[in-house]
Amino acid sequence: MLVTNLELVPGRRIVAHYGIVQGSTVRAKHVGKDIFAGLKNIVGGELKGYTELMQEAREEAIERMIAEAQSMGANAVLNVRFATTSIAAGAAEILAYGTAVQLDGN
Amino acid sequence: MLDLIELGLFVALLTIGFFAGAIVEKQHYESIRKREREYADVLTFAVRFPPDRVTPQRAFLVHGTVVISSDYFKTFVAGLRNLFGGRVRSYETLMERARREALLRLKHDARRQGARLVICVRFETTTISTGWVASIEVFAFGTALIPERDAAPAIAPVLTPPAIPAV
Repeated sequence: MLVTNLELVPGRRIVAHYGIVQGSTVRAKHVGKDIFAGLKNIVGGELKGYTELMQEAREEAIERMIAEAQSMGANAVLNVRFATTSIAAGAAEILAYGTAVQLDGN
Repeated sequence: MLDLIELGLFVALLTIGFFAGAIVEKQHYESIRKREREYADVLTFAVRFPPDRVTPQRAFLVHGTVVISSDYFKTFVAGLRNLFGGRVRSYETLMERARREALLRLKHDARRQGARLVICVRFETTTISTGWVASIEVFAFGTALIPERDAAPAIAPVLTPPAIPAV
């Protein structure tokens, strides 16, 4: 599965469009990480726990988007975008969406 | 008495925030500059279309993310700034550090997978509420391109020096 945020893939032709596909996940913060982050807020710097959390969430959103594209029989997702929304304090939705297409060749 | 303890704690946190925050920021900037030199061979562009649309190239998504927190002192100063308005320098450096770090992680992701060119680079910024102090997340993503001949060389190119004619 080819995933890109370009509108075309160099040297490849789009032979079919399957429309928009999306994958999303809602994540909540961990209490322990939150306490640690509270301490880290005094001195500043990277909150590694949160970086990992966001990273995992994005990867999961991408995976779900790919799964949807595969179920349609697509072999690529073009023009991928991301959006993040906080639903409530401590919970956020991470969304990945793009256009599922069929490219020629393999 | 309780007020005095509270005030003491506040001053202590401000002092810790000021000194520790300055050290953390200085170290981070040093690390960013060092890695920016290291990853100088990975080129990143914001252009939407690849320079060459015809030659087949391997394309894939690469990304880098970082969550970074302000310190107690900076947040307090920014709070004061809110009264008068104007430039909030302490947050400017925070955002800059986060953006540069996210871009570095994107370059790391690209190079790890053998790419030297990333186009269509986009940034997403999210505020993460962790109580009183602001922390932000910067997510950088783009498409790495590898020319097919580099991606899967059918026959490894052998560079043979021109034969020296025997005299």
